[in-house]
Amino acid sequence: MPLGSDEVKRIAHLARLALPPDTVDAYARDLSSILTFVEQLEAVDTQGIQPMAHPQESKQRLRPDVVTESDQSARFQSLAPRAEMGLYLVPKVIE
Amino acid sequence: MEWEVVIGLEIHAQLATRSKIFSGASTAYGAEPNTQACAVDLGLPGVLPVLNAEAVRMAVKFGLAIDATVASRSVFARKNYFYPDLPKGYQISQYELPVVSQGAVEIELDDGNVKTIGVTRAHLEEDAGKSVHDAFPDATGIDLNRAGTPLLEIVSEPDMRSAREAVAYMKKIHSLVRYLGICDGNMQEGSFRCDANVSVRRKGSHEFGVRTETKNLNSFRFVERAINFEVERQIDVLESGGAVVQETRLYDAAKDETRPMRSKEEANDYRYFPDPDLLPLEIDAAFLEAVQAELPELPDAKKRRFMGEYGLSAYDAGVLTASREMADYYEAVIEACNGEAKLAANWVMGDFSAHLNKSACEIGEAPVTASMLGGLLIRILDNTISGKIAKEVFEAMWAGEGNADAIIEARGLKQISDSGALEAIIDDIIASHPAQVEQYRAGKEKLIGFFVGQAMKATQGKANPQQLNALLKRKLSG
Repeated sequence: MPLGSDEVKRIAHLARLALPPDTVDAYARDLSSILTFVEQLEAVDTQGIQPMAHPQESKQRLRPDVVTESDQSARFQSLAPRAEMGLYLVPKVIE
Repeated sequence: MEWEVVIGLEIHAQLATRSKIFSGASTAYGAEPNTQACAVDLGLPGVLPVLNAEAVRMAVKFGLAIDATVASRSVFARKNYFYPDLPKGYQISQYELPVVSQGAVEIELDDGNVKTIGVTRAHLEEDAGKSVHDAFPDATGIDLNRAGTPLLEIVSEPDMRSAREAVAYMKKIHSLVRYLGICDGNMQEGSFRCDANVSVRRKGSHEFGVRTETKNLNSFRFVERAINFEVERQIDVLESGGAVVQETRLYDAAKDETRPMRSKEEANDYRYFPDPDLLPLEIDAAFLEAVQAELPELPDAKKRRFMGEYGLSAYDAGVLTASREMADYYEAVIEACNGEAKLAANWVMGDFSAHLNKSACEIGEAPVTASMLGGLLIRILDNTISGKIAKEVFEAMWAGEGNADAIIEARGLKQISDSGALEAIIDDIIASHPAQVEQYRAGKEKLIGFFVGQAMKATQGKANPQQLNALLKRKLSG
């Protein structure tokens, strides 16, 4: 399944990855060959087999509904580039 | 050209757990910004989500209440998009295998008919944080207290054909989640909100038109108005030869219009994949049985019981079962007034509801408790006071003057049932209104109302009405 350069650019944008224009073709080629490699799996008959959601043969453990966390916002906010009035500040988002 | 409207709703109900869906941080509303956002909610490196058992139980409760299939195995998936109030860059949700699927609820239409609305699915997911756009000139503030709050997203089939039906459906789900105690239903605080998918098609067509999604409608009125606006807009576009564009729109309540959202156009590709941090959620038969056993009586069943047991009309039973609090209050009043269900219904739907609306208070905060109202009704039933005086007593109870007996005593409102006293008053009135007496005796029997009025005035409304009528008739004819 070959990927075109437009698709590569779109995927990079969705993942917010900056892709230098001169690398797009190389990525398209590499990603296409990875997909082609994985395509071999399509030869396997998967009829009646439940899709695997997790490699571990186990089920989700549940925790009781209890508040166990205390307020550590001061420590967390000391890591943030900008915080004021208890809010984390980010570049202006215009809706 | 006749158009048919097709509506599906996605309702987000915040589950009323104490802690978040994947962390032990509190979900309490109204805390200082970011004081309830822990390392898991912030998406700091190295943390892992652990699923809240109560959130699962609540989702299952909802599934059982709408006769849905509860999946014995469901899977959490990552929904990927970038937004500052979504710290991880993905929202943990469910995609291909939701916990609840294929349920249905019934709504009552304006003409009294009942319509079944399919619920495609209901899945568990985490809420995002909140962006504060107007507090800083050069920045957006982010409060992550809400991030990680458990949500049940309830997706309907495109079964609704008008804004009214959509509102009826939303009210039904609202009532249901509150009956189940899984969501506080507070729309102002955003605990219950909805997105509306709306399209129109030519009447008789079997294919759906292109739809738009209007986001974040947080009141019943806005849902109705946003849908009506969107329907008219789409019909205008189509009738002038244009095409509806599939897009996400925002409802602007101030302008009463919807407009396209700019930022998320390219975000339609969420690249869902199973979240490797979470194992499949398994629900066994024993768990289902345990939850089933906890289900309260649901609105539809309660409504039928009220009609049968208390002889109420479908309308009255619907009003009195609209919320669990209202139904509980009503039944407590019945118990407090020796089973006089009809009288209790009139007062709960009448004076009590009117006062609730006027003072915008919740039933639990009402100054007149069910036992106080029941006590008042007892005094009507045993003829201590008339229905009219009872309204005055009710006002006084609402104003905090005590219970009915205390108010009747303090204000001297006891009905005059002593026939000697009443007779003396009536004799007086007859003596001072000879002209009216003559007319009455000449056949103008409508004048009885005049005499009743005079007697009520003389007794300040305290005359027993039946007794007064009987005495008046006897004396006037004599």
